[in-house]
Amino acid sequence: MSTVTSKQHQEPLIRVVKRAELTAGRMMLLRLLAVFLSLVAGGVFIACVGQNPFVIYGTILSGACRSVMAFQGTVKIMIPLLITSLGVTLAFKMKFWNIGAEGQLIFGATCATYFALFCSGMNHVLLVIVMFLAGFIGGGLWGLIPAIFKVKYDTNETLFTLMLNYIALHIVSYLRDGPWMDPGSQGFPKIARFDKNASLDKLFGIQFGWLIALILVVVVFIYLKYTKQGYEISVVGESQDTARYAGMNVKKIVLRTMFLSGGICGMAGMIQATGSDITLTTSVAGGVGFTAIIVAWLAQLNPFSILLVSFLFSVLEKGSSVVQSNFGLSTDCADVLQGIILFFILGCEFFVRYRFVLRQKASCSGACRKETEG
Amino acid sequence: MEKQGKALYAIECRQITKVFGQVVANDRIDFNVKYGEILALLGENGSGKTTLMNVLSGIYHPDEGQIFIGGEEVKINSPVDAMELGIGMIHQHFKLVEAFQAMDNIVLGTGGRKEKSRVTSEKIKKISETYGLEIEPEKYVCDMSVSEKQTVEILKVLYKGAEILILDEPTAVLTPQETEKLFQILRKMREKGCAIIIITHKLQEVLAISDRVTILRKGKSIETVNTAECDAKRLTELMVGRPVSLKIDRPKMPEPETILKVVDLTINKQDGSKAIDDISFEIKRGEILGVAGVAGSGQKELCETIAGLLHADQGAILFHKENILGKSPSEIIEKGVSMSFVPEDRLGMGLVASMGMTDNMLLKSYQKGKGCFVRRKPARELAEKLIGKLEIVTPGTETPVRLLSGGNVQKVLLGREIESSPSVLITAYPVRGLDINSSYTVYELLNEQKKKNVAVMYIGEDLDVLLELSDRIMVLCHGKITGIVDADKVTKEEIGMMMTGETRADEAEREAR
Repeated sequence: MSTVTSKQHQEPLIRVVKRAELTAGRMMLLRLLAVFLSLVAGGVFIACVGQNPFVIYGTILSGACRSVMAFQGTVKIMIPLLITSLGVTLAFKMKFWNIGAEGQLIFGATCATYFALFCSGMNHVLLVIVMFLAGFIGGGLWGLIPAIFKVKYDTNETLFTLMLNYIALHIVSYLRDGPWMDPGSQGFPKIARFDKNASLDKLFGIQFGWLIALILVVVVFIYLKYTKQGYEISVVGESQDTARYAGMNVKKIVLRTMFLSGGICGMAGMIQATGSDITLTTSVAGGVGFTAIIVAWLAQLNPFSILLVSFLFSVLEKGSSVVQSNFGLSTDCADVLQGIILFFILGCEFFVRYRFVLRQKASCSGACRKETEG
Repeated sequence: MEKQGKALYAIECRQITKVFGQVVANDRIDFNVKYGEILALLGENGSGKTTLMNVLSGIYHPDEGQIFIGGEEVKINSPVDAMELGIGMIHQHFKLVEAFQAMDNIVLGTGGRKEKSRVTSEKIKKISETYGLEIEPEKYVCDMSVSEKQTVEILKVLYKGAEILILDEPTAVLTPQETEKLFQILRKMREKGCAIIIITHKLQEVLAISDRVTILRKGKSIETVNTAECDAKRLTELMVGRPVSLKIDRPKMPEPETILKVVDLTINKQDGSKAIDDISFEIKRGEILGVAGVAGSGQKELCETIAGLLHADQGAILFHKENILGKSPSEIIEKGVSMSFVPEDRLGMGLVASMGMTDNMLLKSYQKGKGCFVRRKPARELAEKLIGKLEIVTPGTETPVRLLSGGNVQKVLLGREIESSPSVLITAYPVRGLDINSSYTVYELLNEQKKKNVAVMYIGEDLDVLLELSDRIMVLCHGKITGIVDADKVTKEEIGMMMTGETRADEAEREAR
């Protein structure tokens, strides 16, 4: 039998200790502190590229809100982001990792575009309703495909939804270069600008998609919190075994929820195409589907927090485009700032649950007389 | 031995304190073990046994206190440190690589160059002989029985030269016969001068194996007593903190009538093997049918099939003479067959961990009521009623149930099932991980149901309890029924034999020989 070693083991320098559950107020404070620190770190970054951080931050804020027009621009950025975030929230609540919002958005926009291009003579109100439905159903179907394969063959939804993004994108390229190419563009591959009749009306100077988005915030909130279907989603998300045990038809719930999730994303695409772009381009989604994932997580899947977070993201984006034109600072810098903010906020979640304890002086002295074995 | 001259204690802990958030898991615990001694750590669930052992094996770092090994103060920062200090931990759930041979598992993590397998095999055989262990070093772990796997676990730590062994509830998965065998091995180790700590909450075992007992209660070390001077009653009192009666009622019900009948049921697992192999039995109103069997003998599959969650390959399940096989879980729930299955992690099925009591009350009844909105008011009232009736300790009806203690979680689960006034109640391991008080509350609840003419199927682990509580006991082994016996006409040993696959007929035959 081996001898007990006489080696003295040193206590680690830093230990991680679990915290007691924090009160809501303290948690909020911690998160605000994280935001503040991220601004400081972002400031250091800005200083490193040779600008005055205060001026840049000021410009971002004023750039996004200084005039009615600037504010309208911010809201315009926010509309698709907000709606898409609400869409992915439904799937995420069910722990279905739908990262195909981009594709669902594009396909919804594509379906709506069909009616915008070829049925533009229809009664305006009817046409808008039809386009909404087309966007919803198109996006819904795009979300349904991976869900079907998931429940039937247990495929990996993350990869599946991701791949469908590219398919949707290339469908648009195909339509742009072929069947739907604008005859008046003299061979330049683009889809024609929609007829006035087929574009969304304005409300307070912005396309009325913002109203839809706000309504959706409330609807999604109520759906998740108070309806039977919303309850089912949370149970399935928590444990499929429990859901089955309670007599729920898990497959049906997964399919239905993914249809709704994709459908909402598809509506965001329709609103972007017919309200803001007034045509269909390959950049109709422009990464919104991915940013929405971040927004949904940062807001912890709460629709009202999503409203706030997506607004802040839009301010950052709109403001940094102003920074670009005023200071020649690339908009990529905004992405870096976004990344820094995310890093701090997600990192602070760790501190919500744990804290560090440093090694105490006293135990160090004992550990200093280290003996070697043997 | 040389060691005993050097230091009195193999391990001595002084004032060990470990805090998780607001919970003080270990509150200034003192205890010690000598070489050549078996110490039992006795305590109810949540008394801090496992935390203490995790501190000793280097998984947790204590917030305060000192640990002495062989008389010297040490700091244990990782399981590797613990191993170097000669501490070997045998966990409740085996940590073995199924696809490896026994000897590969044993040498895993020892470091250094890999020896020729013949050399390793010889070494292992030598250690096995010393301690009277039986093992085939070349056998693959996946082909092993539970007790063989445990032997591998023990060898794993002995091979690394551990002389302080910690066993965390080692008998939970063993039959009475296997338990006795394990105890013989432990006694042999004690003779060889090992210090052994055994964690358990089974009093009979403490009395059978240990030299001394340290009793923990609510994170504090209450007392250390010599086993020889103690009995079960005294130990329980120390453990619970007040006198408790250990008797379970078994009310007799007049003329039970059959309500659920299982006929020639066969269930295949996904890999093609049989989980349940052609079994037939019946459950009567106003009786408790106990189901005994080593873990994994088909209990889970049987429950899930009755509840409609699993598909059966042959046979029928007749509820009031109507076949319910093939009906959906919700249809079966509607008929009044209620299941409260408590899996090992307790919250896996039946309750949603992150939801509060209110939302968990809704789980099986949310579909009732018109419209598309969930009605939470009655659920909240039900939750409040249960809190009062079953004395559930919780900050409120909206506190996530994962924050409640094991006993309270169990009460929430059983309470909900009982409130749905079922006609058949299936409970699997309802007292798993519960302290004595909560266990007895659960037994009382089941007896109450029995008196209300509910047919209760009780799948349990503790044979003593099964024998006292059930009217009849059905024994499962490898998916087959090896006996259905009246609980008052059978001994624990007989059940133990049936659990290993011997039917009563075999036994009679052997006696005749």
